[in-house]
Amino acid sequence: MATKMDDEEKQKLYDEFVKGIWRENPVFIQVLGLCPSLAVTNSLMNGIAMGAAVLFVLVCSSFLISLLRNVIPKPVRISIYIVVIATFVTAVDFTLAAVAPDLHKSLGAFIALIVVNCLILGRAEAFAGRHGVKESVADAIGMSIGFTLALCLIGGIREALGNGTLLGYSLFGPNFEPWVIMILPPGGFLTLGAYLFLFAYFKERSEEKKQRQADAARNLTEGRRAA
Amino acid sequence: MKRHAPDLIITTAPFLREGSSTPELMRQVLLATIPVVAAGTWFFGFGALLVIFTATVGAVAAEWFLSGNRSGLGTLADGSALLTGILLGLTLPPPIPLWMAFLGGAVAIALGKVIWGGLGHNIFNPALVGRAFLQAAFPEPMTTWSAPVSSWFSSSSPYVAVDPRTFALPLMRVKTDVITAATPLGLAKFQGKGTDLWSLFFGNTGGSIGETCAVLLILCGLWLASRRALEWRLPVAALSSVFVFSSTLHLIDSTRYPGPLFMLLSGGILFGSVFMVTDPVTTPITRTGAWVFGAGLGFLVVLIRIFGGLPEAVMFSILLMNAVTPLINRATQPRTFGY
Amino acid sequence: MEATREPSAQRLILSLSISGLVAGIVLVGVYDVTYPAIQKNRAEAVKKAVFKIYGEHTKGFEVFLLGSDHKTLQAFDMSGGALPEGSTVFGAVDSSGQLMGYAVPAEGAGFQDTIKILYGYDPTQKRIVGMEVLESKETPGLGDKIGSDAKFRANFTALSVEPAIQLVKGKKSGANEVDAISGATISSDAVVKILNRSLDQWRPILAAEAAKKSGAKER
Repeated sequence: MATKMDDEEKQKLYDEFVKGIWRENPVFIQVLGLCPSLAVTNSLMNGIAMGAAVLFVLVCSSFLISLLRNVIPKPVRISIYIVVIATFVTAVDFTLAAVAPDLHKSLGAFIALIVVNCLILGRAEAFAGRHGVKESVADAIGMSIGFTLALCLIGGIREALGNGTLLGYSLFGPNFEPWVIMILPPGGFLTLGAYLFLFAYFKERSEEKKQRQADAARNLTEGRRAA
Repeated sequence: MKRHAPDLIITTAPFLREGSSTPELMRQVLLATIPVVAAGTWFFGFGALLVIFTATVGAVAAEWFLSGNRSGLGTLADGSALLTGILLGLTLPPPIPLWMAFLGGAVAIALGKVIWGGLGHNIFNPALVGRAFLQAAFPEPMTTWSAPVSSWFSSSSPYVAVDPRTFALPLMRVKTDVITAATPLGLAKFQGKGTDLWSLFFGNTGGSIGETCAVLLILCGLWLASRRALEWRLPVAALSSVFVFSSTLHLIDSTRYPGPLFMLLSGGILFGSVFMVTDPVTTPITRTGAWVFGAGLGFLVVLIRIFGGLPEAVMFSILLMNAVTPLINRATQPRTFGY
Repeated sequence: MEATREPSAQRLILSLSISGLVAGIVLVGVYDVTYPAIQKNRAEAVKKAVFKIYGEHTKGFEVFLLGSDHKTLQAFDMSGGALPEGSTVFGAVDSSGQLMGYAVPAEGAGFQDTIKILYGYDPTQKRIVGMEVLESKETPGLGDKIGSDAKFRANFTALSVEPAIQLVKGKKSGANEVDAISGATISSDAVVKILNRSLDQWRPILAAEAAKKSGAKER
């Protein structure tokens, strides 16, 4: 009996973890947290660093908020969430400036702007404030991995086309003609748009397929009934 | 999912009209581009023709691939993708790598037209969207010009020997020390040098493939106007606006500001007025609107050319005016008869 | 868990105060831990740029703070590892402890955002001996060449500042001329403007300092 409960719980935790990576990907499906997704992704390294910063902030704040969710009075919960998030963000900001000054310079103001990232407040309000600690942390890890993945996909394309490199390693040799637009803000919009297009396209296709299968099954049963 | 192009004729009264259709209109404009393409080839050699051809292939391929209608010719049949490709090719610098021309054609159709819902739904001129993308993506190749072919039948003539940059592999560039030329506007802005008006008139200057030969562009415009294939108020308004604003500046200080004839004959303003400003989709449909559009365009062109960082401004000016076209249409709606 | 009653005002105020207090304490702790490293990084970046300008012979660097009279320089003790607040210039020192020249930080409006540069200035020869871009958000591939383009940087290895530095296109002829990067005229012009403005402020001060030093040596 006990083991069955454990399995069920594990399965539930796993589901909470996995959904953020693909099915409910924060950038490509929920279209949240677009400011950093567009602004800092002009290189793969920036995408990874931003993702790591968000991972830290989201996991820590989800943990703390779900832990304190019964103590925090409802009318002031948003203010307290923001205080919690802002504390972690500022800590990340200082730490990055101390440990990796170059990275801190290239991410610029966008580390501080994680505070107002709707993804983080969104998870705090929609999930961590209503679920237990374990689920919240699983959800936070999944969501931030999904976010990091999205940032890396955008940043990889933009760095490859805009600079001819990936993580600084040259991809196409010295005669590469860089697409300057990909490094500039419009490149972020173009790349994100292309990804959203692809995601919507595949979603529509798989739904059409499901519909067709359902139709076929219904036709089959109706045919039987008629017979 | 089947999408129909709307069968509506969007205009104000009167609705009495002759039996012309989209393909018919496109055919006439396509005919008018033929002499311009020929002149571009004459001035910049065989490579220029290749550039126009590749841009057109890019546009047509994107239309075929993205429009979702694969029966027969599909939406290609109206000829608009073909026209977009040719117009884009004509606005490119002659020594541009072919892969960029192809990419520009594809972007022109994908981001300039299909994404809005196809022909008749786009806000911005598709060919110029493609060119703006190329300008932002590849600023250096897009501002590298070649001098017009000087002697045609000598063996060293670039008429046969295409600029090596043209054949750069996709994503790559070719480093070469082939001499580059400046456009008349670039000469005026950066080096304070004038260009003589006869060269501008006949097109023997550096510049985009189709924009240099003023006399031919004027003739094409007149022919199109005589066939009623364009709204004559639009180009006339644009050109007179450039004339008025640049004359005003020239009168204030003739040493600092170039004269109106130079402003009209150089750069892409004539080409834009004949082939871009007259696009029925992205420009006003009312008569008053046409005058407003042209006046605004001329003002922007003179403003950016003289006071901006770039020597040429026609592309950005037309795109900006495209953006305010819906507003112009609303503001200039004629009153309903009898009210 | 579900309270049917609204929580009292005291409780709201108390919880907000506690969360604010805890956050404040945590941040003070983090700040305390990271502050020395952040300051050191800043000093390190400047030091690297100074060394780059003055080349391999550089063995150390000194920091000078502009005095309250806005005319004289005071040596600043860098043993704390942090740069001082206020207007500073840096001195590059060779292996014999001799001052090779000054490195002056300057900033001004670029094409997109503020450009921060550091330039080496030799007050006796009255010329600029090098220029490093510390911070810029100029267009990648065009404007950002002000920091990376070897040809453009070569303009600043022996640039006379009398008469004022001029930007030219194409042919550089005079010793006080800078050849603009083609396609990035605005960014090139910004660098020249920053240099000229900063020189207006620093030239007399640095010249006076140099005169003082050589006077002391002769005595």
